[in-house]
Amino acid sequence: MNGAQDLGGMMGFGPVVPEPVKPLFHAAWEPRAFALTLAMGATGEWTIDMARFARESLPPPVYLTSSYYQIWLAGLERLLAERDLVSPDEIAAGKSLVDSRPVKRVLAADAVADTLARGGPSEREAVAPARFNVGDRVRAKTMNPTGHTRIPRYCRGHVGTIEAVHGVHVFPDTNAAGTGENPDWLYGVAFEGREIWGEEAAADVSLRIDLWEPYLDPA
Amino acid sequence: MAHEHTHDHGDHDHGSHLDETDARVRALESVLVEKGYVDPAALDVLIETYETKVGPHNGARVVARAWSDPAYRDWLREDATAAIHSLGYIGRQGEHMVAVENTPEQHNMVVCTLCSCYPWPVLGLPPVWYKSAPYRAKAVRDPRGVLADFGVTLPDETRIRVWDSTAEIRYLVVPMRPAGTEGWSEAALARLVTRDSMIGTGLALSPAAEERAAS
Repeated sequence: MNGAQDLGGMMGFGPVVPEPVKPLFHAAWEPRAFALTLAMGATGEWTIDMARFARESLPPPVYLTSSYYQIWLAGLERLLAERDLVSPDEIAAGKSLVDSRPVKRVLAADAVADTLARGGPSEREAVAPARFNVGDRVRAKTMNPTGHTRIPRYCRGHVGTIEAVHGVHVFPDTNAAGTGENPDWLYGVAFEGREIWGEEAAADVSLRIDLWEPYLDPA
Repeated sequence: MAHEHTHDHGDHDHGSHLDETDARVRALESVLVEKGYVDPAALDVLIETYETKVGPHNGARVVARAWSDPAYRDWLREDATAAIHSLGYIGRQGEHMVAVENTPEQHNMVVCTLCSCYPWPVLGLPPVWYKSAPYRAKAVRDPRGVLADFGVTLPDETRIRVWDSTAEIRYLVVPMRPAGTEGWSEAALARLVTRDSMIGTGLALSPAAEERAAS
């Protein structure tokens, strides 16, 4: 969706403000919100793409005025409410008000290390040959899906070159919608900066964007 | 005075807002624990993992090895996931790794314009700026402007390549090895490798800069 998360190329946000490595968290609630998000993600009640869509579905004024852990928290609350796991009333009350169904899995303390080490690989077996090869010219499609997508607006309609074939990976658009993983070929596509930003842009800047085959047409 | 008043008022609002968030997170945690969805001990382990075990010191070890050992550098180029795994760094948000090497001809910078994708096993959790609008908006359009925000100026002849992490591939920048480090041990080299140098918003420290930073 063309939400506030799709920030590439926007102007007016001011300078980037560097910060040291420590402290890692900036308020006492941040590590708790972080850990709750990971622990609930491990229940298997939603996919990573569903979680991303929940966050980017925040109204743009809210998204742009929230810290990143606030965005995660709001996304988590939305995912819980959509699945009838925790209602907003229960969060307001700070206690369970109705019996909810159990989740698929509960992350135990002694399983954390293995669960993190396993991660969530997105690569799948190929069932069809890749349409594009390294060196092929491709155009990122002009498209404006209302659901989750991982093709940034700034590259849509522009021509680039396939530089890498990453294999077949879970397709976020359907994986977020609950209509299946539909794995498809993923490519590293290089774009010249001026192709995207115009002649005013620096001539010696290029971009690499990872794009799935359904996002691309031959050029 | 007007300025001071505004400032105080602003801080107060900020504080209340954070207190509200703090209360909300506590409430949510209580509900999730009561319903049996989360094990509070698992939350503590998750936090401890990223506060003490996983961080940019991991990535610094990868870079120092690549600087010291040409065979390892070649492996990192060919199959970064396996080469990084061999040092014990694997898993969540690092399942599919690609290492990109800075050279005098090309500087690399990594961003996630759409969210906050970041190679956790080698860099830990991302800094606030990496997840914030100014960086995500500007990196793809004006990377030299971003470098200026970090006080970094590249030679005119160096091209810039910006990597937008739009899929589950995670990118680690291998900065250039600083001059004057011939014969250094991997442990000594690793101290020159900053987090920002592995994102591409900084450079590895010179020996003199490292000495200043350490003292």
